[in-house]
Amino acid sequence: MKPASFDYLRPATVADALAALAAGGDDARVIAGGQSLMPMLNMRLVQPRLLIDLSRLEELRTLKADSGWLSVGAAVTQTELLSRPTLRDEVPLLASALPWVGHFQTRNRGTVCGSVAHADPSAEAPLCLVATGGEVVLRNVRRRRTVKAADFFLGPLTTVKAADEIVESVRFPLAAAGSGHAFREVSMRHGDFAIAACAATVDGTQASLAVGGVADRPTLRSWPLAGGALPPDLDAALNAFAWDLGGDDDQHATARYRRDLVRRIGRTVLEEALSCRR
Amino acid sequence: MTAMRTVESGAGGRAAVDHRPGVAVTDAEPAAQPFVGRPMPRVEDAALLTGVARYADDLPAKPGTLHAAILRSPHAHAEILGIDTAAALATSGVAAVVTGADAKRVASPFLVGVRAPMEHWCLAVDRVRHVGEPIAVVLADSRYHAEDALDRIEVRYRPLPPVTSIGQALDPASTPLHPGLASNLVNSRSFRYGDPEGAFARAARTVSIEVEFPRNSCTPMECFVVLAEHDAAEDAYEILSNFSGPFAVHPVMAKALNVPGSRLRLKTPPHSGGSFGNKQAVFPYIVLMGLCARVSGRPVKWVEDRLEHLMAATSATARRMRIDAAVEPDGKVLALRMEQTEDCGAYLRAPEPASLYRNHGNLTGAYDIPHLAVTNRIVVTSKTPTGLNRGFGGGQLYYGLERLMNRVAAELGLDPLDVIRRNLVAADAMPYRTASGGSLDSGDYHATLDEAVRDGALDALKARRDALRAQGRLYGIGYAAVVEPSISNMGYITTVLTAEERRKAGPKNGAQATASVAVDPTGGVSVHVSSAPQGQGHRTVLAQVVADVFGLGVEDIRVNTDLDTGKDAWSIASGNYSSRFAGAVAGAAQVAATRLRDRMAALVAGSLNSRPEEVRFAGGKVFAAGNPDNALSFSRVAAAGHWAPGTLPDGREAALRETAFWTPEPLKAPTDADHINSSACYGFIVDFCGVEIDRDTGAVRIDRYVTMHDAGRLLNPLLVEGQILGGFAHAVGAALYEEYAYGDDGRFLSGTFADYLVPTACEVPVPVILHRESPSPVTPLGAKGVGEGNCMSTPACLANAVADALGGPVPSLPLTPAKIAALIHPPEPPRPAAAGAAGAVGAPAPSASGGRGLTGEGSREVPAPPEQVWAILLDPKELAALLPGCEALDHAGPDAYRAEVVVGIGPVRGRYTAEVALSDLDPPRSLTLTGSGASALGTGRGTGHVTLERTAGGTRVTYRYSAEVGGKVAAVGGRMLDSASRLLIGQFFEKLVARAGGAPAPAERPGLLTRLLRFLGLNR
Amino acid sequence: MPPLKSAVTLAADARHTVTIVLNGAPRTGQAHPRLLLSDFLRHELGAHGTRVGCEHGVCGACTVRIDGVAQRACLTLAVQADGRRIDTVEGLSQSNEGPNQGPNEGRMTALQEAFRRHHALQCGFCTAGILMSLSDYLGRNPKPTEEELRDMLSGHLCRCTGYAGIVRAVMDVTGQTPEPGAMGEAAHV
Repeated sequence: MKPASFDYLRPATVADALAALAAGGDDARVIAGGQSLMPMLNMRLVQPRLLIDLSRLEELRTLKADSGWLSVGAAVTQTELLSRPTLRDEVPLLASALPWVGHFQTRNRGTVCGSVAHADPSAEAPLCLVATGGEVVLRNVRRRRTVKAADFFLGPLTTVKAADEIVESVRFPLAAAGSGHAFREVSMRHGDFAIAACAATVDGTQASLAVGGVADRPTLRSWPLAGGALPPDLDAALNAFAWDLGGDDDQHATARYRRDLVRRIGRTVLEEALSCRR
Repeated sequence: MTAMRTVESGAGGRAAVDHRPGVAVTDAEPAAQPFVGRPMPRVEDAALLTGVARYADDLPAKPGTLHAAILRSPHAHAEILGIDTAAALATSGVAAVVTGADAKRVASPFLVGVRAPMEHWCLAVDRVRHVGEPIAVVLADSRYHAEDALDRIEVRYRPLPPVTSIGQALDPASTPLHPGLASNLVNSRSFRYGDPEGAFARAARTVSIEVEFPRNSCTPMECFVVLAEHDAAEDAYEILSNFSGPFAVHPVMAKALNVPGSRLRLKTPPHSGGSFGNKQAVFPYIVLMGLCARVSGRPVKWVEDRLEHLMAATSATARRMRIDAAVEPDGKVLALRMEQTEDCGAYLRAPEPASLYRNHGNLTGAYDIPHLAVTNRIVVTSKTPTGLNRGFGGGQLYYGLERLMNRVAAELGLDPLDVIRRNLVAADAMPYRTASGGSLDSGDYHATLDEAVRDGALDALKARRDALRAQGRLYGIGYAAVVEPSISNMGYITTVLTAEERRKAGPKNGAQATASVAVDPTGGVSVHVSSAPQGQGHRTVLAQVVADVFGLGVEDIRVNTDLDTGKDAWSIASGNYSSRFAGAVAGAAQVAATRLRDRMAALVAGSLNSRPEEVRFAGGKVFAAGNPDNALSFSRVAAAGHWAPGTLPDGREAALRETAFWTPEPLKAPTDADHINSSACYGFIVDFCGVEIDRDTGAVRIDRYVTMHDAGRLLNPLLVEGQILGGFAHAVGAALYEEYAYGDDGRFLSGTFADYLVPTACEVPVPVILHRESPSPVTPLGAKGVGEGNCMSTPACLANAVADALGGPVPSLPLTPAKIAALIHPPEPPRPAAAGAAGAVGAPAPSASGGRGLTGEGSREVPAPPEQVWAILLDPKELAALLPGCEALDHAGPDAYRAEVVVGIGPVRGRYTAEVALSDLDPPRSLTLTGSGASALGTGRGTGHVTLERTAGGTRVTYRYSAEVGGKVAAVGGRMLDSASRLLIGQFFEKLVARAGGAPAPAERPGLLTRLLRFLGLNR
Repeated sequence: MPPLKSAVTLAADARHTVTIVLNGAPRTGQAHPRLLLSDFLRHELGAHGTRVGCEHGVCGACTVRIDGVAQRACLTLAVQADGRRIDTVEGLSQSNEGPNQGPNEGRMTALQEAFRRHHALQCGFCTAGILMSLSDYLGRNPKPTEEELRDMLSGHLCRCTGYAGIVRAVMDVTGQTPEPGAMGEAAHV
């Protein structure tokens, strides 16, 4: 269980990295934390000709909140983000969900942007990005473009990111005053891929639920509040959402179980989010 | 953690022992004798904690050693049509590629434990019968280069129907995996003890249960390692491996290599990273690497990786059980009728069918049930061959038996504990002869149970259940009572043979343990045993035992547990399995040490003016009883034995080395009536637990677990506690999380530690451990085995608790949240009429059938008439454009093509050579599209049925598909197979829609052209 | 952060010089770009104390500290470690944290000693990784609750101990007694 051979580049600048990526085409891959990519390299599921290491690029080490957004650069690890003292005020959902990403040891190296780029349907970082209405900043050698999280994910391990682009940063909107957030995840063991993960946000006008692990990408649905309360037909709404998400059977859980969790845990987190509005 | 011990002496006197293993021990405790029985930290630990310990992969390999990588079958069952190794041989660093043809030339098939025409080779010959079966070995200058070449070996297969369940294997219509066999039922034997028919006729009622126990495994953290050399001049093999025994397999290996046992010198390393039985299953690889060393003429090293281990190393057997109990109204069980069907995987690999017969002497568990009828069936399936695994057959047996006892209580409206109590073997019946011939050696089961109830605070647990239930919570209490067999009779496996067959083969019995003790000229004491420890602390316990015999300190005893069959004493029972260490191996060491001490006493008696039987050894001194002041130092006596043998009394042998071979007296061969005492000792365990089930998620939480053990005399309570905690953790995994899962098509689904779910620190609670000590009259030290018991009792105990919480039947193990939720959740609310198709717009929907096959369906409206769509599908150029990743498509026959496709999901990509065909052509209405292919990532096959229906706006294209994905990508990516298949098939139909003039796919992955245009900045 | 080497592409089929500071001492070896750090430590530098259990980042046996932070050596390339400080189990006793406790115990840290006292290891194959995680984690969280500790330990698989001795050892060495009733040993009794 050893990787196939590849050239390795540790570029001095992001521009160098992008140039190498453009030249390498489909056969080049970038690596930052590598906590998803390295297992796939070791299993030879992925066999790039060139590996471009972004992990030491100071330019990508940005972590800042301004103009309503928390911007997380490509080299920022999950632990670094989780350790940010103001995170619970800025993006409370992240503060709740990030401890569910892998384990202490993998969060120490795994990056937030890497998790988004990898687009595992069960992963927490993509779910939070979708749940909060975040954005993905893509960059290639010629330009930078920003894609809304809802448009970024296309399916399992599949996104709109082109082969010559990197996820330069992801941006989470800072939590609005008066909003409430809750996160719950059901997995077989602690730290496993979610069977279903539910992230709820309730603000002054609407209640939103984002679900990971059920459909082939994290998916968000919103409902208007009814006089400051959750919609009276929430059970029916959650049922419709669960059926739209569908879900698949695997060796650990059935599609039906996943839909059950959407209906049950979905309601729980929405109620929690409503009750903890600040 | 609490722990209490009660010691029961042989005479029935009892003394409470104050011992709290939960409290750390120090070795600064006063050096009062004896060491045996004291909780002592281990001599092994310093090396392990500082990283200097050497495991097999840390030992130096000789210069010129080649590194092996193994090509494994992606198919569950297939004929091998041809293997092309030319490209692999041309790969950088590669020295040789070894295939089944080499095995046929140089080796022999493995011996099989039943009389059946079944050939199991170390490399597949002609046919593969499970995913992961070795097909070829690449030998290269590094593991990296060897794996490079694996991808370049081309194997042509003809897939055959797999056998993926016990039910299917029993179906006479299933394709036999072994052509010499008429069916997949390999062996069937029926046994009758006492008068079961009479008892069933007499009994008030019959209570029945049917259960199935899944495949799982203890997965040691260190995988298999083999370093092999072949000496061509003498045709002899020297092989080092972390093999754990039983060395009964040594003759099997030697025979497979076509050499006498003396020419297979097998060594084990100083440290081994766990086994739990599993490292028995390295033996086919010992033969395989021996073969590779011989073929290549170079030393060969192979280190199994985790994917290989999970996919193909070994597994516990799956078992289907039906048990009927003849029951009186008070819960007394008069007789049992058992049907056991054992899934041993693709081959009956030695020592199978041992899993099924290991407990034959204790089929009635801890109960006094005099009448028994048993039918044992063994089937083969397209799955990894089975083998030793902690609890070995006990988890399977007691899952049936203890669920049955629970059912008896439920059906009769009795307290489950009362039913257990009513049937336990009475203390005054010890040693108790079971119906099938076992001899339960010691214990007071009733008193043990009463102590467990008292000290484990069952009343408080019941009160807690009542209080929580009153709050509407799902809470249950479960029980299990079992006997834990230890020190297997080497003859029990022959119970699978008829008495006539046994007579022909010659008797098999006993469980010979070996130990050597030597005293060097400085008075240092060395101990060697053939126990092949895998982390249990054998060196510590042996030092305690031998130090006590010689009156020395533990630090004076040097224990060596490496094994070298070329130099050391060993026998077929040697090794680390069937919980034989404490009873048999430590006992043999005491026997050897005592003999040597007695010899030293005889040597020195004269100079102490004493008789040999009056010589005492204590505190490092040797002296006559009653005259401790006239003492010689132990080292002085030792030196005399070496330096002055001429001064010894006449006829006295000076040798200060003693080797003992000890075998338990009660272990006889099966009788003609098939009575067998399958183990030397039987410990007793009674467990109870409380579990809560989450109503939303169905998750089971273990709230409290109490486990009471009587394992005879405890040699080192700290290590005993460690064994119980470890066995319990394995059992929690088996009960709630772990399963080697297979798809209906035979594909293996549990290929990583993210798919095969070993419990972590967050899933394993700390049980309350209680002890009672009824020394075994059978073993020298009175000790019995203890490490496997919870793997036998705990899955049943947890399931009984879940049954109590649910108030009804429980699903099959593992008790996953999804399975339990399916029982407690109300029927699913229907899909609202307004909701769209599942998944992304335009993508196919999963089929409603569920299961482990990949199926789906979908439909699209196309603005072109059916004739035009039909023409697209039938045009090879168009078809090539539709197939995802198709780089070339050539005619291979009428409506048949050979295609080169690069199939990928995200960064995962595999180059497949695929065969594509169109059939069932009904122009322009319907057709069937089939494709199959293979790559280094695995195999894929798919069938799509397409219908075209004329509509007002053009054509409605409707499709149904089923797909099978095998090999590596299925084993490691099972979680995403459905959505990935859907994505790819969606791409095909989206392109079809686009080709026919429809709107472009909304969710299509950017094509190469799009990406190129984007790159050039022309299309954004 | 050590200074970057020149940003040239390292060719797949060549071996490149990799220098790390291993347990405080500079060590140099050769590595193809694809060589895993776990293999580099064990087979190129002969530092066998780091064990390999799954090579896909789940089991935790290969956990080492890279620039002080606990990470999986099997998910790191040797070339990525170039210029970094790598600490492994072999270095723990050198960086002794506590006073020695007895004649045979001089070489081990208080944590290692606690593992021994509490029988926190059996086969020992997972132990090095767990010690390396703890040596990072306890620096950040010197008195974890049992729940926090178990959460961190869930990044390691141990098949022998059921984790009980490990938890006890850490609670002991951090001056705490295991919380009654936190797991299994129910508080109601």
